[in-house]
Amino acid sequence: MPSMNDILILAPEFYLVAAACLLLLLDAFMKPEQRGLLHWLSIAVLAVAIYMVVGAAPPVSLSAFHGMFVRDGVATILKVFALLTTILVFVYSRPYLRDRKLFIGEFYTLMIFAVIGVMLLVSAGSLVTVYLGLELLSLSSYALVALNRDAPLPSEAAMKYFVLGALASGMLLYGMSMVYGASGMGGQATLDLAQLKSVMGYTQAPTLLLFGLVFMVVGISFKLGVAPFHMWIPDVYQGAPTPITTFIASASKLAAFGMAYRLLAGGMAEVSHQWQLMLAVLAVLSLAIGNLVAIVQTNLKRMLAYSTISHMGYLLLGLSAANPEGYSAAMFYAISYALMSTASFGVILALSRAGFECEEIDDLRGLNQRSPWLAFLMMLVMVSLAGVPPMFGFFAKLLVLQAAVHANMLWLAIVGAVFAIIGLYYYLRVVKVMYFDKAVEGSELRMQADGSLRVVLSLNALGLLVIGLYWGPLIAWCRNALAG
Amino acid sequence: MFNHLLSLLIWLPVVGAVPVLLAGSGRPSLARWLALAVAVLTFAVSLFLIPQYHLDGAVMQLREDHVWIASLGVHYGLAVDGISVALILLTTFVSILVIVGAWEVIQDKPHQYMAAMLVLEGLMIGVFCATDALLFYVFFEAMLIPMFILIGIWGGPRRVYATIKFFIYTFLGSIFMLIGLIYLYQKAGTFDLHALAALPLSMTEQTWLFFAFLLAFAVKVPMVPVHTWLPDAHVEAPTGGSVVLAAVMLKIGGYGFLRFSLPITPDAAAHFAPLVIVLSLVAVVYIGYVALVQDDMKKLVAYSSVAHMGFVTLGIFIAFMLVRDAGNLDAAKLGMQGAMVQMISHGFVSGAMFSCIGVLYDRLHTRQIKDYGGVINVMPWFGFFYVLFAMANSGLPGTSGFVGEFMVVLASFSANPWIALFAAFTLIIGAAYTLWMVKRVLWGDITNPHVAEMKEINGRETFVLVAFAAAVLALGIWPQPLIHLMDNSVAQLVQQLAVHKI
Repeated sequence: MPSMNDILILAPEFYLVAAACLLLLLDAFMKPEQRGLLHWLSIAVLAVAIYMVVGAAPPVSLSAFHGMFVRDGVATILKVFALLTTILVFVYSRPYLRDRKLFIGEFYTLMIFAVIGVMLLVSAGSLVTVYLGLELLSLSSYALVALNRDAPLPSEAAMKYFVLGALASGMLLYGMSMVYGASGMGGQATLDLAQLKSVMGYTQAPTLLLFGLVFMVVGISFKLGVAPFHMWIPDVYQGAPTPITTFIASASKLAAFGMAYRLLAGGMAEVSHQWQLMLAVLAVLSLAIGNLVAIVQTNLKRMLAYSTISHMGYLLLGLSAANPEGYSAAMFYAISYALMSTASFGVILALSRAGFECEEIDDLRGLNQRSPWLAFLMMLVMVSLAGVPPMFGFFAKLLVLQAAVHANMLWLAIVGAVFAIIGLYYYLRVVKVMYFDKAVEGSELRMQADGSLRVVLSLNALGLLVIGLYWGPLIAWCRNALAG
Repeated sequence: MFNHLLSLLIWLPVVGAVPVLLAGSGRPSLARWLALAVAVLTFAVSLFLIPQYHLDGAVMQLREDHVWIASLGVHYGLAVDGISVALILLTTFVSILVIVGAWEVIQDKPHQYMAAMLVLEGLMIGVFCATDALLFYVFFEAMLIPMFILIGIWGGPRRVYATIKFFIYTFLGSIFMLIGLIYLYQKAGTFDLHALAALPLSMTEQTWLFFAFLLAFAVKVPMVPVHTWLPDAHVEAPTGGSVVLAAVMLKIGGYGFLRFSLPITPDAAAHFAPLVIVLSLVAVVYIGYVALVQDDMKKLVAYSSVAHMGFVTLGIFIAFMLVRDAGNLDAAKLGMQGAMVQMISHGFVSGAMFSCIGVLYDRLHTRQIKDYGGVINVMPWFGFFYVLFAMANSGLPGTSGFVGEFMVVLASFSANPWIALFAAFTLIIGAAYTLWMVKRVLWGDITNPHVAEMKEINGRETFVLVAFAAAVLALGIWPQPLIHLMDNSVAQLVQQLAVHKI
């Protein structure tokens, strides 16, 4: 029987499940023109969830349901930013959804369920919870990608996402079963990550364990979208409705980091020397493929998709250091990436109108003439993604490079630096199109008139500069979470 | 105010850019006046550095130190020595002239132009003040963004190519420096430049670090063979961009050598000094010849900048040979001083040359030398200034161009007469390419009918050229105050050269 204590530890998650069900009911009884209320209610629900996560954050790590669920500093940080980026997605997508007649209750409910998946995943204390959280997130995401079910491109994207995602889940499960088996050879077989960590060293079947580890790394790589498991990323980013892309590129990446952290740094810590090199190789591949292929893209969403692949490569740089400093750098990177991608897709959403997607890089032509403020915000995001100081993105890169140098992987840091130069080119190209090219006659690049979108998007992009100037508290928070 | 003088100098123009941007959109003249007010105010504040900086006090003064990122031990640390003071004054001085120079020339979005210029000014001052390596790096890189915009929006026909090349080239140079800094941080646990200078490092470490720094600063200076971005950037940049680029930004490369390569990797720097000296001589002689054959005035002056900056690197690294091999501290100091004077002087002279070319370009919209000829007939006053700056550019005694080059040549003579011989070549080649350009542009008959319609320089342009002329002459006739200002700092740098830290 779950004790009251277990339920209290999971209070934010239970609250969100209840709220999502209520919103679903409410939507059924609501007239379509009252949907605005649903929008604000959903935002309020998430804001309260943030308050619950932070306000009652335990000073020490707590676990519930016999260690299935862990509530610690890492979980708190990841949950806060996952909820925050989801709020940003809600704010940015209202005009977009309205213009496309997608402003429906399912969007909000599915998004909230996806966030619950994220929250479970980053709090996972056992292999079962990892899988549960992952599937809740993934299934909601598949449905969200196909939200515009009559359009061919999103349906295709959803199908690809689903097939490849199912394959990856299968790999992950397969790997988990092997690890479970290996843990039983020489000790008590266990699914609990903390126990796995301690029995790992005594296993009689190191080969089996290693096999399981490889399959788990494949599953994680798919979720992160690192090369060579990145195939779904460009198609899904391009095909999905932009709000969903924003979510997949932000909260979902935080979840993927959380999963990698729980599985590798948690359960597999004893064999870190085994997965360190795997991650390093994956990182190099992602940096190369992401940055090089992004150069030739003409579609902005697709370019950002390849940019994601390269950013996940940088994140792996931090993870592959396999020490708390590296994990905190990677977490810092994940947060910075989540905030940068909400802002970059936010700009796309702000420029899209009914019948105009603003997807091509050329669609931004002459933005500085039409809307200097939005061009300025987009420039901030681009230089931050490129990793130019004093932006947030630079310090995130600095920390992961530092983690790599500390872990005696100077070569990896140098590879990361070289690809930062290559990556610079395609981000600068966006700035070039906005600032140096003349606007096409008659093009109407206007920011959506939605007040909340304008304010929040401005705060989001300026935040990249502000955090860049004052990133001390955030990194201290990340480091404390991992030290404690 | 004096406790935070340096912060004030950095942030005044950066923050001042915000009202320029906000108030100025749609009201160009307001933007211009606001920008001018900010620039003048910054210059006025920078003048306080002169009384506040004690010539015989500690080397680093006006220190400000706050913890920036506690968990990494990164500090917001600022301080200046005599060299920084001189460079900051150069920056604030040139910034005013650039803003005045762009007054009615920039018609397209002047508020953005002015704001970018002010942000750039603040960041450049930041580079000259930072005592924390990470803070230095942040300013050093952030500087690229406004310059990228300046060249890209207001530049010439091939501006996009030039500005992207400029950005990527410089970024390429500096990112390896970042790895070097991370490595140093791992060893020392701090980014403080003073602590890094005291850190013992093996020769292998020093060598790698030296080349990481060399790449970053050689691109910036620029040195042969990584100078190719400069002619493109200069040719395509708007006049103001060229002026700032030549007058201040290139100096940051030379300044970086002083702050990083010399104190942190002295042994590797001494070991590889011959390499840098050879590259400097190649810049002086070979690039001089390259300048000779240019058809484009801006390109000519750009190549001449590379040649002149060769003297800066020559002066800095000849000091190593003098200290380590000959033990001649006085000559080393002379060389170093010469390099510093050359930096400041080149700031004025190249700024003035680019302003002159800007004046011509505004009238005829071409920079090709062959399109001009006989300009003196219609613009006698302009001709006067043009000849003066050309003389300074070719190193005529009595102008600032002479002092630094002479000192460097003298110092290199004590090291090796052959080096001095090649360095002194500049007096011939420099005169050749500059005066030949003057001949083709100013003298002769008017062959192009459009030249006959050119108007004499107006009051605004006269102001800019007079200010530059005053600086060029003052420095040429009486360089003593400048040398005195930097004396202490140069002496200390020369001392540092002698210290082995293996």
